[in-house]
Amino acid sequence: MLRISALDDAAADVGLAVGLPLANARAICPEVQVYDADETADADALNAIACWCDRFTPLVALDLPHGLFLDIAGCAHLFGGEAAMMNLVSGILTAQGFMVSAAVAGTAVCARTLTRHVHGRIVRDGEEAEAVRPLPISALGADVAVVTGLRRAGLKTIGDVADRAGHEITARFGARFTAMLEQALGKSDAPISPRKPLPDYIVEKRFAEPVATETVISATLSGLAGMLVAAMGKQGKGARRLEARFFRTDGAVRTISVDTGQPVTKAEVIDRLFRERLEALNDPLDPGFGFDLIRLDASRTEIVVQEQRDLDTHVHDRDEISALIDRIAARIGGKRVVVHLPQDTHIPERAVWAGPAQHHLIEAAQAAWPARVEGEPPLRPLRLFERPEQIKVIAEVPDGPPARFVWRRATHAVVRVEGPERVAMEWWRAQGEMLTRDYFRVEDEEGLRFWLYRDGLFDEVEQKEGKPPSPNWFMHGLFA
Amino acid sequence: MRMSAARNFAALRSSIERIETHGAACGLRKVPLGHAEADAHLQGGLALGVMHEVFAEAGRQGAAATGFIAGLAGRVAARRPLVWIRQDFAEVEAGAISMHGFSELGLDPRLLVTVRAADVDQALRTTADALACDAVGAVVLEVWGEAKQLDLVASRKLTLAAQASGATGLVLRMAAEPRASTAETRWIVRAAHSPPGSKPWTAWGSPQFEAQLVRNRHGPTGRWIMEWKCDECLFGKPAAYSQPVAAAPAYRPHQTAIIQRRAS
Repeated sequence: MLRISALDDAAADVGLAVGLPLANARAICPEVQVYDADETADADALNAIACWCDRFTPLVALDLPHGLFLDIAGCAHLFGGEAAMMNLVSGILTAQGFMVSAAVAGTAVCARTLTRHVHGRIVRDGEEAEAVRPLPISALGADVAVVTGLRRAGLKTIGDVADRAGHEITARFGARFTAMLEQALGKSDAPISPRKPLPDYIVEKRFAEPVATETVISATLSGLAGMLVAAMGKQGKGARRLEARFFRTDGAVRTISVDTGQPVTKAEVIDRLFRERLEALNDPLDPGFGFDLIRLDASRTEIVVQEQRDLDTHVHDRDEISALIDRIAARIGGKRVVVHLPQDTHIPERAVWAGPAQHHLIEAAQAAWPARVEGEPPLRPLRLFERPEQIKVIAEVPDGPPARFVWRRATHAVVRVEGPERVAMEWWRAQGEMLTRDYFRVEDEEGLRFWLYRDGLFDEVEQKEGKPPSPNWFMHGLFA
Repeated sequence: MRMSAARNFAALRSSIERIETHGAACGLRKVPLGHAEADAHLQGGLALGVMHEVFAEAGRQGAAATGFIAGLAGRVAARRPLVWIRQDFAEVEAGAISMHGFSELGLDPRLLVTVRAADVDQALRTTADALACDAVGAVVLEVWGEAKQLDLVASRKLTLAAQASGATGLVLRMAAEPRASTAETRWIVRAAHSPPGSKPWTAWGSPQFEAQLVRNRHGPTGRWIMEWKCDECLFGKPAAYSQPVAAAPAYRPHQTAIIQRRAS
């Protein structure tokens, strides 16, 4: 059955309500205009508004499906006080065509309860109970079952419920409802859960006139980088993750983030990383009609250990390499710059793990690789195929080394061969059946050297209808 | 009259030499490869702070060329960090660099940082960046196939970056034809047979390369069989070849036949 999920004031005046079946609504008001609800689009729009609201406070929480909480403690004075700030937010949103109902109160639940009833209330500290008492229970936003239950009990307003003893309500409707009620009355408070963790340091620059030119934007970023570094330097911190946020006048917000391998403490490094990142963007920064706010925050910081740099070239080299990795990663992505760590397994394709260099540089520099045996030729190929390629092999003896094989449509005659080197699969982590491999190092008549394996021992491979078993052969690597 | 002509000639020659070498013919720092004849041709060894190119003779010789360039990188980087930039496609065609194989060659995987570039443009840009960093010992750029982006201008940019920082650039080209560039040396590499001396029922010894020096800005070219000595981290002459091999044909069917007969 189709039901109404949202409606405007005119429809509400006629007597329609959320949850009413569409057939009933058409019966009440035949000329009602109906559109399909698009919950994803609604959520996207709410998210976009939340992004835009980031310009007022870093603590913005979603209250699905149609609400936003802004924690404006300590920021209201920047916008001329609570009333001015509320008017500013709701004014801009109304101008964009949204229906807005806003309220300012000491607790989030209290403010939300007020918005459900009237727009524009500002409640001073300690007056929450007074403000919400006359409102109907449904404004609290509790479950439908709770609201109906209370109504049946004859409790219509929040004040009615608040006058009853707390334990009675808890016994009947659960502790969650009581907690919500207490928050609405301002007796207790719960923090909102913001969409993003609060960055450690934030610096920002607002523009009376929106800026759109590249030079101004990059100059602003350098200036902000300097401010950020100064703020962090006072507490001996360096940034590991930086976010630049560009707030466009039309409400769109673009976030660009940069990770670093070691805590950054220099403004010019931050500046350069962002320049690299901005240059390499697939969809360049579109200023539209201009940005009116640019913000730079350090969302992850670390304490910087001061080292002596002047004499120790090793430290200098490591810093330089780490800075180089950061620059490359800023441009082409952190996952594309890797260092290698040995893994504790004999299976060749799993024996090395390539991890992002930014996070594993020091670990990789101290990794313990198996030592090579002196006097032996290389036992492992220099180039390894991620997926072994199947080849056709002719062997002189069925379970012997290959005599000739076809790889990528070319036939190679084997001149020298050494093997087998048997690699058993790890049964404790095998998914499906994995066969033991016999590896052979072979050289063909041209001098090319290959690493081949037969998948499965001879008696492991199934016999098919009297025919001798024919194991598969694979090309796994190439020696230098 | 004749004396002054000779003097003029000498003066001209030296000024040409100065122009050709940016006024620092002997200023280039060099690292000996270990192969005596090749080092003599290179006047002391492989120059640092410039670009070198290594071409695989054919696509299937890619692994041999990789081994050769890994050896060069090991020589010039000398315990300093090595940045290996490769194009995604090269990994599909020729396989990824295996770190165990790398350490089996006597090189240190701990000093290696790999950059997986999506395409040639990205790889080139990253190479220029890495070459500009003076803490890097060597930068290897691995490109598969003909790449029109890798032209004289790009090569010049890389050379300038290398000169400024002192880092050495090594370009590994597979399935590509040499083109004009500002590289100091250019090598064409293919795998060589294992020396016939070793016992036929065991496989090969150390990696063997047939390296052809086809371009050398400050000396003659040449062609040698080189062996990479994994334990010493040096190139050298293969032990079993007693005669000079520079004149020998690249492909020696008679030797192969002998080995095959012994093997069978």
